[in-house]
Amino acid sequence: MSPDLVKTIFGRLTWDAIPFHEPILLGTFAMVALGGITVLAALTYFKVWGYLWREWLTSVDHKKIGVMYIILAIIMLLRGFADALMMRAQQALAFGDAAGYLPPHHYDQVFTAHGVIMIFFVAMPLITGLMNLVVPLQIGARDVAFPFLNNFSFWMTVGGAVTVMLSLFVGEFARTGWLAYPPLSYLAYSPDVGVDYYIWSLQIAGVGTTLSGINLIVTIVKMRAPGMSLMKMPVFTWTSLCSNVLIVASFPILTAVLALLTADRYLHTNFFTNDFGGNPMMYVNLIWIWGHPEVYILVLPAFGVFSEVVSTFCSKRLFGYSSMVYATVVITILSYLVWLHHFFTMGSGASVNSFFGITTMIISIPTGAKIFNWLFTMYRGRIRFEVPMLWTMGFMVTFVIGGMTGVLLAVPPADFVLHNSLFLIAHFHNVIIGGVVFGMFAGIVYWFPKAFGFKLDPFWGKVSFWFWQIGFFFAFMPLYVLGLMGVTRRVSHFEDPSLQIWFVIAAFGAVLILVGIIAFILQIVVGFMKREQYADLTGDPWGGRTLEWSTSSPPPAYNFAFTPVIHQIDAWHDMKQRGYERPTTGFIPIHMPKNTGAGVILAGISIVLGFAMIWHIWWLAVASFVVLIGSAIVHTFNFKRDYYIPAEEVVQVEDARTEALRSLA
Amino acid sequence: MIPSPLKKLALLPLLLALSGCDWVVMNPSGDIAVQQRDLIILSTVLMLVIIVPVIFLTLFFAWKYRQSNQTAKYDPDWHHSTKLEIVIWAAPLVIIMILGAVTWTSTHLLDPYRPLDRLAPGRTAQGVKPLKVQVVALDWKWLFIYPELGVATVNELAAPVDTPIDFDLTASSVMNSFYVPALAGQIYAMPGMRTKLHAVINKPGVFDGFSANYSGEGFSHMRFKFHGMSRADFDKWAADVRKSDGRLDGTRYLVLEKPSEKVPPQRFASVEAGLFDKAVNRCVEPGKMCQHDMMAIDKAGGLGMAGTTNVTTLEYDKRVRRGEGGIRSFVAALCAPKSAPAEAR
Repeated sequence: MSPDLVKTIFGRLTWDAIPFHEPILLGTFAMVALGGITVLAALTYFKVWGYLWREWLTSVDHKKIGVMYIILAIIMLLRGFADALMMRAQQALAFGDAAGYLPPHHYDQVFTAHGVIMIFFVAMPLITGLMNLVVPLQIGARDVAFPFLNNFSFWMTVGGAVTVMLSLFVGEFARTGWLAYPPLSYLAYSPDVGVDYYIWSLQIAGVGTTLSGINLIVTIVKMRAPGMSLMKMPVFTWTSLCSNVLIVASFPILTAVLALLTADRYLHTNFFTNDFGGNPMMYVNLIWIWGHPEVYILVLPAFGVFSEVVSTFCSKRLFGYSSMVYATVVITILSYLVWLHHFFTMGSGASVNSFFGITTMIISIPTGAKIFNWLFTMYRGRIRFEVPMLWTMGFMVTFVIGGMTGVLLAVPPADFVLHNSLFLIAHFHNVIIGGVVFGMFAGIVYWFPKAFGFKLDPFWGKVSFWFWQIGFFFAFMPLYVLGLMGVTRRVSHFEDPSLQIWFVIAAFGAVLILVGIIAFILQIVVGFMKREQYADLTGDPWGGRTLEWSTSSPPPAYNFAFTPVIHQIDAWHDMKQRGYERPTTGFIPIHMPKNTGAGVILAGISIVLGFAMIWHIWWLAVASFVVLIGSAIVHTFNFKRDYYIPAEEVVQVEDARTEALRSLA
Repeated sequence: MIPSPLKKLALLPLLLALSGCDWVVMNPSGDIAVQQRDLIILSTVLMLVIIVPVIFLTLFFAWKYRQSNQTAKYDPDWHHSTKLEIVIWAAPLVIIMILGAVTWTSTHLLDPYRPLDRLAPGRTAQGVKPLKVQVVALDWKWLFIYPELGVATVNELAAPVDTPIDFDLTASSVMNSFYVPALAGQIYAMPGMRTKLHAVINKPGVFDGFSANYSGEGFSHMRFKFHGMSRADFDKWAADVRKSDGRLDGTRYLVLEKPSEKVPPQRFASVEAGLFDKAVNRCVEPGKMCQHDMMAIDKAGGLGMAGTTNVTTLEYDKRVRRGEGGIRSFVAALCAPKSAPAEAR
């Protein structure tokens, strides 16, 4: 074949793109391939493909989609954490004559991938998954407002994750840092496919994130049970609402700024280039106008989880509900006024820097008020130290330290000496691990019995908590120290041997966290094996206060046979107090949305489109784009979108629950 | 069970005390960095006023109101206290008001663009002639031009003690951040732009300097030594540099700016006048129009169709440098109407 023809067919894709010469990648690929084949073989052997397709992959049930989001996040956590271990090992080894085992070419991809994966494909799916699972149950709804859109959003997120994972084995990932600042991310300085993988994976996943944000806002605004006014909503629902408002308001900025970067790279426009009046500073501003709200998108739902967990496990009403709500809303608004604190060192001038420094500090006021509210919820409570409460306690102690270093970084002259240092790295891991990760883990352990009908194993849960907590301090306190020693981030090799001991301690901390992750998975495995023993037949295993605990665990497909009527904050607690009797007769057919495979198909085509764009396979890009739009249009002609669960079936399900509850009494 | 965070917190004052040894950020040698260090300590202490009680109360409440302690008061419906809520909003507010005031003043006083008004506490900078240094971040090394001395160095920076240093900074290709922790906080060095930094070194010595903003493959070794010297030593050093051979002109600069790693210090006895301005305006290469000229033309309304002839003279990024290769082609000729100048068609 002529080289021209090959180039037309395969674009930039050649055999060189497969990393045969990199033993680490080849080993990883072998393991992933082996694992994948084993799983696929097992699925085929046990003949569960049909079941998976019908009950999970095509499901529009918000609970199943929520669970799938969380599974995606845990799988990607393993990848992102493997990157973290590789970085810790490299930095602990590469001193003086020892070059470590990762050349810059590889190391730079590792830290970029770590950041991208942890934020976009671990933290985001965790919060979206938890919100999906819990919000409709908390507000007494049968599903989200747009159930198909929910399934589509999930699969687009998977599409983004698959694209990132592809870069491991076909070509390479970006070597630009997780925000891909130009001009480094421009063609002249990053000519290969790495940045294109970055762009297309985020664009594909971004579609899902934005749509799911819209979906959850509409769900919360329009689908609350009668009587649940805004100020009677559970705090987790409030924080989810604010978080989704932030998603809808900020993700389009990310989409736009990445689209402009795409135009620079593909169409040779000059938005962010050094040439022809382009301005890279504009990119830095725009990406942080998305990026700063993003951290609140992540942490607000975690704050919501802590609010639910604290009041449940202190067996006490949340202290200062309205102040909690106002604090959340204030944070939501302020999160848009602080982005410039990510680049005080760009030389914006003292007045601009002071403005953004002070707005940043102001955020600590509502955040501080929240901490005090949790504290005074514990005051005069009866605290049960179950696993979710441990995570919450760990959060309260850890997060305030991260908050403190954050306010410190908000003082511009202090930031001049700490910016881009390992102190900064320690700070944001302190708030993201201490806040978001601990929050999501608390939420997973807390709501797991609701989703599956049995509790997780508390022993391994506690092991996981303590290893994470102690591992965190070992891994990141040395980084604070190194930052104060003037050590900057993203360095793959050091000369000064006196630094090494701190990196070794940090690497040890990372190993402790690894044990924490293994224990986290073990609590699920052991919990599953002992599911008879940990079974929850009541639907209310923790003495919960909000509506999700009023239905069975796991809830029926329709969540609530009758839509509950709300009179008070902590609706379920209120119902229990007033001696609520579960209705056992008078069931009617329930109108429900139907499963569809369209989400999987559309996301699959999107991956092909992204891949074609990355490798400049233009014919495939055009074809997949046409098919993508075509499939979306064809899907709109699918009128078989809903069905009725017959009254008899509802009666059957509800009678079984009545029977189960009676057997307990 | 005393959780480890508490122990860490108890260690915090100790950590600050320890800062005497090799923690350069906590023990710097330049007046600006010293003031920045003081600000870190002040802010930390201010915040500990809130943080310590919170951590203490968290652990204390957790212990006191544990489920097994049936003697502790249990009040499941207590959820509101106006007085308490005022306190929990007011306490952080007060701290932030103080810190905000400190931030406003210190940000203005320590603005890197502001010429120094003191060399050290109690010593005015009035009447002391500053040393001008022009810094260009290249792939992956630092070029320092001393316009008044007419010399230049690579990966070696020197300055006399107790003399204000006026830095002008730019970059040749991608963004870097110029940072000498012992001297002063960092500032970005950006292509096509000029940033400024004012600082002073008070103790003689050799200090580390580096790029604090990731800039690609050779970033980890984009380091240099900063020498703080007595006035006499500095004059001697400058004389030594003048004695070295080599002149840094545009041609030499274009060779120098090509990507290279772990570059040993180099000295140039003389420098082409105005080289830094050309680097900022990206017109060191012959045939390139300087950005400030283009901006002046654009400000006057541009050149219309005739401007299309400028396209090639305005492309500065050297696409061959990091692997892509090939010269980009322009299609201006296809779009130009008949009235356009002949060379544009």
